[in-house]
Amino acid sequence: MSKKFTKDHEWISLDGDIATVGITAYAQEQLGDVVFVEVPEAGRQVSQGDDAAVVESVKAASEVYAPLSGEVVEGNGALEANPELVNQSPDEDGWFFKMTLSDAGQLDELMDEAAYQAFVKELG
Amino acid sequence: MSTTKQTYSGNQGLVLEEALIFEIGVVSKCGVDMEAIPDTGSMLGDCAAEQAVDLPGLSEPEAMRHYVRLSQKNHSIDAGLYPLGSCTMKHNPRLNEKMARLPGFGDIHPLQPQSSVQGALQLMDTLAHWLKTLTGMPAVALSPKAGAHGELCGMMAIRAAIEAKGELETRKRVLVPESAHGTNPATAALLGFKVDGIPADADGRVDLQAFKAKLNENGGQDVAAIMLTNPNTCGLFERDIIEIADALHEVGGYFYCDGANFNAIVGRVRPGDLGVDAMHINLHKTFSTPHGGGGPGSGPTVLSDRLAAFAPLPFVVDDGDGFKLIEDASQTDQPSFGRMVAFHGQMGMFVRALSYMMSHGSDGLRQVAEDAVLNANYVLASLKDLMSAPFNGPCMHEALFDDGFLKGTGIDTLDFAKAMIDEGYHPMTMYFPLVVHGAMLIEPTETESKATLDLFIGTMCDLVAGAKSGDLARFKQAPELAPRRRLDETLAARNPVLRWRQPEPDAQVTGQAAE
Repeated sequence: MSKKFTKDHEWISLDGDIATVGITAYAQEQLGDVVFVEVPEAGRQVSQGDDAAVVESVKAASEVYAPLSGEVVEGNGALEANPELVNQSPDEDGWFFKMTLSDAGQLDELMDEAAYQAFVKELG
Repeated sequence: MSTTKQTYSGNQGLVLEEALIFEIGVVSKCGVDMEAIPDTGSMLGDCAAEQAVDLPGLSEPEAMRHYVRLSQKNHSIDAGLYPLGSCTMKHNPRLNEKMARLPGFGDIHPLQPQSSVQGALQLMDTLAHWLKTLTGMPAVALSPKAGAHGELCGMMAIRAAIEAKGELETRKRVLVPESAHGTNPATAALLGFKVDGIPADADGRVDLQAFKAKLNENGGQDVAAIMLTNPNTCGLFERDIIEIADALHEVGGYFYCDGANFNAIVGRVRPGDLGVDAMHINLHKTFSTPHGGGGPGSGPTVLSDRLAAFAPLPFVVDDGDGFKLIEDASQTDQPSFGRMVAFHGQMGMFVRALSYMMSHGSDGLRQVAEDAVLNANYVLASLKDLMSAPFNGPCMHEALFDDGFLKGTGIDTLDFAKAMIDEGYHPMTMYFPLVVHGAMLIEPTETESKATLDLFIGTMCDLVAGAKSGDLARFKQAPELAPRRRLDETLAARNPVLRWRQPEPDAQVTGQAAE
């Protein structure tokens, strides 16, 4: 399926029952060089909007929110040693965590690619 | 163009290169000649050190020169303008230092009998009186050791008050504007509250409608407090503050005001009149004590009638028979939330702050706020057409710019700040507040003269012209005149080297302390 996006600049890609979550290219560009990432552990229950991960750059520290409710099945362990993956490959290798969804209907509330690009353009 | 010349010593004239103290000192050497201690046998048993601690040995002049040289590399308010927004880097009057060194204040011990430190206790009582009078609040806790510690104190008092009403399980939400200092949500989270952000409006102030919507989400019954800074971190006065306080109080919440920017309103506005329940005061900002305080800082916290009874121990009372410290719950009927620090607070900062207040008087403090605001507006008015200001002025004590004026130049806020170092200025605060893109926050404070500000403004104009004319080298390579070139902040953050380690010994260098 194509990616979905939140106003907090996260992308969500659904593969079967598992959603992969990362931050967008726009978000990593705004953050600048990422120096630290903390991802959630497998098994953690999250509700939509909860703090799920932390990302720190030379400029700022920021929370990454759970875009959907469900259970985390895997955090991207590679980010601990190589936080620069978020800058280098935000859409693929720099993913933050994978989760199962407790309410797939929440996906419908998110933006598609075109809507997200328009949203970003609005931000200037 | 190079301003450096190769020298044998590595020094540049009388600007000396300085190695780490571990590289100057030798572990096997002691700076003091002492006779060997006769073997008395160790009584330490299992606690005896198992290996050498490897502290470097230096003679007194070596150690002194090391630290004097380091101090000379440090930019300070004593050396030049330090326009670090949100930090209020004002002049520290030398009179304060003289007062703090009086033996009756400087040479006392917190465990001395109270009868022998009546003057010091009176000073604390007088300081408390000034702080309460200036803020219009009935109580003050003097013991917090810094602004963030004062925040913790205020929020602990709020939590205690909520607990006393049996609402601790239900009042979990703390509203925090998006432009807040990072310590605000951190304090709330530390105390187990849930932080709920309030967006700013187009003017850079709290969006009143958004605030009311957040407040009333559950009829307001789950809101513990709001944490609001006024003037806020955009340097703007929160005009709706009384309406915010009233709405909050109506649903039973408490109003924490971050007093970091009190310098802009001291002597002119009493936070108590705005409905504030708790506010910390950074003595190192508004009341001119040194930043860092030569040890712990000091962040007294004023409390409203609703919170006064929960103030932490200890506090000073004047019972007509001299000053006494109430140090234990058994000495008071008040439901104090307890003790935050070992003793009574940072005495040295108390003396300096009171010295500042008494030497200025209430009229002088009023002028402090006026001049701080005037200076910031002079900077804003002089630069707003060249740089880009995200919000309409006038501002309060600090002028906020964004990076809009750098658009298309290839230069960003960080480059611009680094070029300021070559011009002899400590850069302004960058990338904060977060609500503004590429923020540059300039706080000149009241103690800078017009001549100093004119030179600063002229420098900024010249830098802006350089940026717009495409002089990339001036920015991208800066700083070129500082003791070090630009540091790799990313590498430093990703691979921090937090301690010195003995280099691997060369084959011929033996005789060092063994493992």
